[in-house]
Amino acid sequence: MTVLSVQNLKMYYKTSAGEVKAVDGLNFDIGEREVLGIAGESGCGKSSLASTLLKLLPSNAEIKEGKIIVEDADLVSMKDSDVRRNVRWTRIALVPQGAMNALNPVFRVGDQIAEAIMAHSNVSKADARAKTETLLKLVGIDPARGRHYPHEFSGGMKQRAMIAMSLALNPKILIADEPTTALDVIVQAGIIRLLLSVKDEFQTGVILISHDLALVAQMSDKTAIMYAGKFVEYGASKEVYKNPLHPYTLGLLGAFADIRKPKEALTSVPGSPPDLIDPPSGCRFNPRCPYAEEVCRTDEPPLVEAFPGHSVACHFWKEIRAQRSQKT
Amino acid sequence: MSDEDVILDVEHVKKYFPVRRTFLQAVSRQSGGQVHAVDDVSFKVRKGEIFGLAGESGSGKTTFLRTALMLTAPTSGSIKFKGTEISRFNRRQMKKFRTRIQVIFQDPYESVNPRMTVFDIVSEGLYVNNLVKSREDAVQRVTKALSDVEISPPEEFIYRYPHELSGGQRQRVAIARALVLEPELILADEPVSMLDVSIRAEVINVLLSIREKKGISIIMVTHDLALSKDMVDELAIMYVGKLVETGPAVDVVSSPYHPYTHALTAAVPVPDPDAPKIRVLARGEIPTNISPPPGCRFHPRCPFAQEICKNEEPPLVEATPGRKVACHFWKEAHEAFSKGMDAPAGAEIAQ
Ligand SMILES: Nc1ncnc2c1ncn2[C@@H]1O[C@H](COP(=O)(O)OP(=O)(O)O)[C@@H](O)[C@H]1O
Ligand SMILES: [Mg+2]
Repeated sequence: MTVLSVQNLKMYYKTSAGEVKAVDGLNFDIGEREVLGIAGESGCGKSSLASTLLKLLPSNAEIKEGKIIVEDADLVSMKDSDVRRNVRWTRIALVPQGAMNALNPVFRVGDQIAEAIMAHSNVSKADARAKTETLLKLVGIDPARGRHYPHEFSGGMKQRAMIAMSLALNPKILIADEPTTALDVIVQAGIIRLLLSVKDEFQTGVILISHDLALVAQMSDKTAIMYAGKFVEYGASKEVYKNPLHPYTLGLLGAFADIRKPKEALTSVPGSPPDLIDPPSGCRFNPRCPYAEEVCRTDEPPLVEAFPGHSVACHFWKEIRAQRSQKT
Repeated sequence: MSDEDVILDVEHVKKYFPVRRTFLQAVSRQSGGQVHAVDDVSFKVRKGEIFGLAGESGSGKTTFLRTALMLTAPTSGSIKFKGTEISRFNRRQMKKFRTRIQVIFQDPYESVNPRMTVFDIVSEGLYVNNLVKSREDAVQRVTKALSDVEISPPEEFIYRYPHELSGGQRQRVAIARALVLEPELILADEPVSMLDVSIRAEVINVLLSIREKKGISIIMVTHDLALSKDMVDELAIMYVGKLVETGPAVDVVSSPYHPYTHALTAAVPVPDPDAPKIRVLARGEIPTNISPPPGCRFHPRCPFAQEICKNEEPPLVEATPGRKVACHFWKEAHEAFSKGMDAPAGAEIAQ
């Protein structure tokens, strides 16, 4: 069953220099307990997408087009007060990027979680406290630590506390935006393990946003590769990683140091991501693409299904695939 | 290799910091203790070698770097640069050596002044150290350094500002700034961790090529074991102020001896949904180095720990030719790992 369906979603920021096309025509679905991973370079619009899905947007942001459908209701046309009451926390919860630094330093962690629970539901203080203890235990924190202040928590524990908070009202979908960035690798593995167990325990769908392709591969059923506000490749994770089709996906994989492999030379994707105010015409990746031809500079390739459940937005994906299979 | 090849010889370096006492400790005249940031670390870096120092945050990597840069004197021990003890230099003595050891910082956005042109940034060290005769001389050297880091055409880039450069170009300009002084040793503190994966290779490959062409030695501080395997020759794994394992990077990463090294490698994600999921093999979290655990510092987190590990600190000793490890049970651990086991049979592991 689909719990979230996003259709042709566009969200632009108004700035003095022009419109920043941060989310530019995205389509995807998430089923119950499904994990969608979204990977892409910084600035490609991942966090913008996360805040758009909850309509937690700054005043200069505008949803231009599209639908965000949760249980037959479209959040784009829904009143903000209804989104706040009926969607945030209860249907979709967000652990924002840098969340662990958002804990208020002067209040005890447990109190902050209990406050948040009370702010979003009609429960007594005692019930909120009890719920807080259950949640802390669930994310692997001794409930007694709830009496401690944020500075007495390590980064990993703060992130666990934020995840606990987000689960308070049993959301159907949990969005985790760069949940492990700036954490050490063993701590990161613990958080990812936690998200996977939360998914099973709470039966939530998860949107995992990360700049780290490998992290996304470790936990996602489906993977979207995002570039300059758009998905350039999208499909079952197995397909996207085993049979990558877009030159950008190939570039990211070539740039990635894989610990399983023998010593190898790494290659970079030349250039840098485009300006989202005035992106390149045609395919937005064309200035960095080793395969680009004239048509790539003039015509934007649509995201089309190349194989069942595996889409790509590239004029030459077939040729590139044939060329690569010849080489190996 | 002969000892003449040794560029940096680090012997028994310790760096302790006093901990600020809490109010209660102060009134009760207790001492606040000490942070054992670097605790008896020894290693050698040879000419043209890339030496990797890897470990989690708080393991003491940055403190070590600061001592090697003569920014802070070690509590004890010695650091010799080509035979000369440099760790307790005064300002005047330092001057002679300052150009020979250069540093590259983690954040290319913070480490370059946004109001300076590329020329000003790269030439600054030349002027500060009175190394140029004329502007033409400076321009020529800057141009050369920029082409060494593959900023081309250099004549065009010289008058640009940092905001006109990509993240990768900015970090390469930072390398050029070090390179222009013709150092023999470069200390690189997580030089690519702030960059997007897609552009890391352009910086890594520049570092590899200057080592190749100029025989410059590089100490790279990193937390990325996969990258170490691809880029580093000799790797040292640091845990709470101590080295726990050293050896050729490829061997250490692909076949660890120390349970901590193994826990690090098992936590590294790979871009393959069918690969075994990342695993947490160390219980709890890295302890603070204010009061590190007695015996082996890793023992409270270690699935192989036994009684002796709580009492006796294992020394870093040669295990097999070219590889050292500080673990009482490295043989048992290594055998388990080679059989695909993460812990001794029957032992409880973290998850
Ligand atoms: N409030 C804002 N106003 C204008 N531009 C913004 C705002 N927030 C983000 N952006 C821009 O939107 C683009 C996408 O940013 P973001 O969603 O943060 O990307 P990511 O999370 O993938 O790093 C960037 O170009 C960024 O500078
Ligand atoms: Mg972001």
